[in-house]
Amino acid sequence: MISDKAPRLKIRFLSKSFNLHHQNETVLDVLDDIHLDVRPGECVCLNGASGTGKSSLLRCIYGNYRASNGDINVHHLGKDINLVSAEPRQILEIRRQTLGYVTQFLRVIPRVPTIDVVAEPLLERGVPFNDARDQSADILQRLNIDEKLWPLAPATFSGGEQQRINIARSFIAAYPIMLLDEPTSALDASNRDEVMGLIQECLEKGSAMLGIFHDEEVRDRVSTRLFNMPIRG
Amino acid sequence: MSIKTTNPLLTVSNVTQDFGTILACKNISFELFPGEVLGVVGESGSGKSTLLNCISGRLQPTVGAIEFETKIHGLKDIYKISEAERRMLMRTDWGFVHQNPKEGLRLDVSAGANLGERLMVLGSRHYAKIREAALDWLNKVEFDSDRIDDAPSTFSGGMQQRLQIARNLITEPRLVFMDEPTGGLDVSVQARLLDLIRGLVRDLSLSVIIVTHDLAVARLLTHKLMVMQKGVVVESGLTDQVLDDPQHPYSQLLVSSILQG
Repeated sequence: MISDKAPRLKIRFLSKSFNLHHQNETVLDVLDDIHLDVRPGECVCLNGASGTGKSSLLRCIYGNYRASNGDINVHHLGKDINLVSAEPRQILEIRRQTLGYVTQFLRVIPRVPTIDVVAEPLLERGVPFNDARDQSADILQRLNIDEKLWPLAPATFSGGEQQRINIARSFIAAYPIMLLDEPTSALDASNRDEVMGLIQECLEKGSAMLGIFHDEEVRDRVSTRLFNMPIRG
Repeated sequence: MSIKTTNPLLTVSNVTQDFGTILACKNISFELFPGEVLGVVGESGSGKSTLLNCISGRLQPTVGAIEFETKIHGLKDIYKISEAERRMLMRTDWGFVHQNPKEGLRLDVSAGANLGERLMVLGSRHYAKIREAALDWLNKVEFDSDRIDDAPSTFSGGMQQRLQIARNLITEPRLVFMDEPTGGLDVSVQARLLDLIRGLVRDLSLSVIIVTHDLAVARLLTHKLMVMQKGVVVESGLTDQVLDDPQHPYSQLLVSSILQG
């Protein structure tokens, strides 16, 4: 499906290098002159060997890494905002409403119960506590997280359970733009199926997605096109 | 919640503080917006506590201005109003959470009195209402109601810290300063307190300035971060970005020194 709608994510001339001051002032160039658009309903798969900067690209878009050069325009509440020059509070507001990021690992406050960890993105948007909890329960159920685990903090859960909680936490908020970093790497076949279903539903609702999928089956089923990471050098 | 074109709540301009020949902070400027949590990190002696004292009205800086958007009179330089006005501001619109709860509490009177006292300073006289508010706040900071008549000296360090937070928030301040609020507590107590502070900040739309040397605390609680070294802000920005992609040599050193748990 090729979308003719205006891109939600528009990347121009993006480059990123790290200057490691304490390691002999080494400079690592990880991204160079990236141009990429992602439109509503598209799921673009970043394609390239390890070390070509796929995860770094996602981190630049989410704002964890500071772009060295170029623009990252995000369509937020009706207008394009360049994340490279945005203020911290604008970036946080964009993360609350528009831009979600499923990382491979869950990073949360140690003692918070699973059901609240998952509800948090909705609470941040001002959704009433009980509504947020109900929606949290729905998505946890869908991702086959045993109800016994909901009141427990996820720190001691298995890798696959933690990954599903991470996915629940992002998909509960159905962001207009989503970044996915190997969302199914630790999942068994039936849970992978559920997650693919969630991704497809979000795409049908018009989300724009950009992801890294090493699993071929997942890649073939959810991605609408490949973006080949340029070979640097 | 959308990006509002509201004014900053606090505007700090070119603040410099020297103690004779020792320069504790140099030329520090930043803005804090409603609902924002700012972390100030750096090792001991970096000037972060001096900065906190300057901007919280406790130590007049040698140079510079600290302006606060007051409810009634608009933007005011906190060192250009009278001592009485400044005290009123500190009691009503501001809170200050000390690292050591003993500094922020009265240990010899009950938990309820520690909370009620703040309301009485603001003119509350209705005993039943004050007690009701005190109970409400004890519950918010996860106390059993039956501890209301116990003195803080009978509480653990973590409980005292929660009580100190309640004592600061009961007057509904808009800006709260925190100096190492989880320092000196067990890790398990820390986690609980962090979660509590996070929830209160979100539910009350508080603005907070928190000084800490613990980068994990900064990551969990703060929206933006300033890294201080030798009295100077060497780097500032979105918390995730400063911690995941530090630019300045000193920030890189701090981040690379975190032990991996």
